Amino acid sequence: MIKILYFARIKEALGVGQESIALPTSANDVAALTAWLRQRGAAWQSELGTGKALRVAVNQAMVGMDAAIKDGDEIAYFPPVTGG
Amino acid sequence: MSVRVQTEDFDIGAEIVQLRKGNAKIGAIASFIGLVRDINEGDQVSTMTLEHYPGMTEKALEEIVAQAKSRCDIYDALVVHRVGKLLPLDQIVLVVVTSAHRGDAFEACEFLMDYLKTQAPFWKKEATPDGARWVEARESDSAAAARWKR
Repeated sequence: MIKILYFARIKEALGVGQESIALPTSANDVAALTAWLRQRGAAWQSELGTGKALRVAVNQAMVGMDAAIKDGDEIAYFPPVTGG
Repeated sequence: MSVRVQTEDFDIGAEIVQLRKGNAKIGAIASFIGLVRDINEGDQVSTMTLEHYPGMTEKALEEIVAQAKSRCDIYDALVVHRVGKLLPLDQIVLVVVTSAHRGDAFEACEFLMDYLKTQAPFWKKEATPDGARWVEARESDSAAAARWKR
């Protein structure tokens, strides 16, 4: 199983804050998992698509789309941060 | 503890007393406070709500403090960031740095804020007369963080 978290605008648009799913067999990196999630529908296609600035963290560290994913990981999707 | 995420307000005076306590080697203290303004992008702001990523936020802030310590000759650094619903005039973030001399304290303080702005997972949502909206990341913040890489 992997845990996926969504934050801020993305969480609102998708209507989900977190979920646990079985690691899709095709999803060995962030890019593949993101492509798999985009197939869920229009909102997913839009929010996790290339048209919007997207940040990803694996196990609470920001990574690029080529970062590897394995069973047990915590993956988070969020917009560019705006604290401070 | 040099990093805190909290809903409560903070008192810069009390934080400085605590941070410098008993250390007679400290010759300089620099600090920064970020505040909620009542206007953004030309629109009135009535409330600002801050969301964060519990766990990662603290890790990211600790990593940023560690980077400041390796980059600048400082004794200690404190970062306090509030989350939840805030109002104009409210304090959002506090950074305090102690060092022997002012140059390192100023530099570390600025570095901490520039990196916090682009690396720590916080998101602001503001309420305006036209409704609530997520604050967009600014290119100027990315540029401010990038200049430390030179």
